[in-house]
Amino acid sequence: MQWLGHYNYWIYIALMMIGFYAVIAKPNLVKKVIGLGLFQTAAFLLYISIGMVEGGTAPIAWEHAILYVNPLPHVLILTAIVVAVSTLAVALALVIAINRAYGTVESDQIDAQDIKPGR
Amino acid sequence: MIGNNLPVLIVVVPLLAALVIPLVRKGNVAWFVAMTACIAVFAGAIELLVRVSDHGPISYALGNWPPPIGIEYRIDRLNAFVLLIVSGISVVVTLFARLSVAREIPADRVHFFYSAYLMCITGLLGITITGDAFNLYVLLEISSLATYTLVAMGAQPHALRASFNYLVLGTIGATFLLIGIGHLYMATGTLNMLDLHQRLPSLMESRTVRSGFAFIIVGASLKLALFPLHLWLPSAYTHAPSAVTALLAATATKVGAYILLRFLFTIFGVGFSFHVLRADVALLIAAAVAIVAGSLIAIRQQNVKRMLAYSSIAQIGYITLGIGLASVTGLTAGILHLFNHALMKGALFLALGCVVYRVGSAHIDALAGLGRRMPWTFAAFTLAGLSLIGIPPTAGFISKWYLVRAAFETGWWPIAVLVLVGSLLALIYIWRVVEAAYFRPAPRAHRNVEEAPLSLLVPTWILVLANLYFGIDTDLSVGAASRAAAMLLGTVTGSP
Repeated sequence: MQWLGHYNYWIYIALMMIGFYAVIAKPNLVKKVIGLGLFQTAAFLLYISIGMVEGGTAPIAWEHAILYVNPLPHVLILTAIVVAVSTLAVALALVIAINRAYGTVESDQIDAQDIKPGR
Repeated sequence: MIGNNLPVLIVVVPLLAALVIPLVRKGNVAWFVAMTACIAVFAGAIELLVRVSDHGPISYALGNWPPPIGIEYRIDRLNAFVLLIVSGISVVVTLFARLSVAREIPADRVHFFYSAYLMCITGLLGITITGDAFNLYVLLEISSLATYTLVAMGAQPHALRASFNYLVLGTIGATFLLIGIGHLYMATGTLNMLDLHQRLPSLMESRTVRSGFAFIIVGASLKLALFPLHLWLPSAYTHAPSAVTALLAATATKVGAYILLRFLFTIFGVGFSFHVLRADVALLIAAAVAIVAGSLIAIRQQNVKRMLAYSSIAQIGYITLGIGLASVTGLTAGILHLFNHALMKGALFLALGCVVYRVGSAHIDALAGLGRRMPWTFAAFTLAGLSLIGIPPTAGFISKWYLVRAAFETGWWPIAVLVLVGSLLALIYIWRVVEAAYFRPAPRAHRNVEEAPLSLLVPTWILVLANLYFGIDTDLSVGAASRAAAMLLGTVTGSP
């Protein structure tokens, strides 16, 4: 039953696929952005899991500590979280601009407007 | 002091300039700051290329933290050459941008445009120069986020959708890269590219490494717009402002190809990438389809900007073809085409930018009869087009020549046929524009169109003349490309 012990990796894959599905299948642009957020967050979970050392304690200087978990992936993922937040900000700004230009955030309705002659 | 810190200044100068620009709020001042920063970076890149070819690779420890722990900037023959391409093209495009951007972007946003523009260049230069895999991801996102903003600044609402689609696909690609790098870290415990290169060979059988390889190659191919992961590219190129399209076509995809080269050859090594996992088969097939499909779709486009965008997909196919052959000649051809394609596509998109400046449209009907009205612009377009087709004595011929030679050397002779077919298809779509411009009468509304202003023509012609120059004197381009190729393949056998 070793595969059950890696349950955080299974959650990461599941989350990632849910997010990926939303990005592809949902016509609503805001829902797409939410899916994208899930997709990125799943990758964070992967990095945080990598840092785990069995029996390790939080990486804070402490006289009783024998083993620490690896803090480097956590630091890396802080950077990636900043990137994800910026991506979210740009994506939402674009959705607002699209809503202003088309009056809708549903991609099928936007497509219908784009095909109309005269645009 | 400047000499020692040159590697980091290449990234810091445009970054700081990008932060200063929003404060000045005046379009012309913003342009001047951007231009100065680009010229400074270009000078730095030339200096680095000279130093690398004289003294070998340069290693720079950021913040004086020694390499395996701290972030390392490492410049060798390959990325010194790519740095030169990116910085050189950015100088020419910035020169072009002043009038073109003033026409296409509302005046109160011009300074934001240049800020995002420099941020994009910062990211591209950073990806190229860094020797740390995670740093590469961060800089990739910096350049991508800036690029989404730049594309969204296009005049029509279509630009917003193009930018949104690019954002979604670009983020997925970058996250794939992030996951792949995570897998490598999981297996090796290091993020430094050289360290990875040393530790990976003993882990060839590891499933973590293999899946990491797949994630990284797919992520990098999305950025490179390799068929069938190219879907973001045509709309983004079509609707972005002219200067942005020229910059992206000439630099962003090249840096994507560089990422692929770096991971395939430096980090994983030829043995793993091409003999254990046979990535060459996948790359060659994707490249072959890209060349044929990209060219065929290009022929059917009515918007010339979109036509050139599909042609870019085909040209990326040639670059990947060279990479996939994985021989010294093949890699030379790939790296050479990276350089030459930056020159020819840059020239074509700039010439088209001149047309858009005067006529306001890139539709093929809008170009009718303009050959006589704008002789210099269309002469530039035609010459750059010849280079794209690959007719001697242009730069495009040289890279195709090497590609065909590599195909025969490695025994993949159908590739030579493919290159020829691709060239013929390119002839058809370039001819459509030439035919419209020279042999069709101008519509009444375009009777009084004048030649584009000199400050647009000069940068365009700089690139056109570069196309001709590097078609005749190949010492610099072929020399740099073949040395970089030898270095990439040499890292496997251990000799530097």
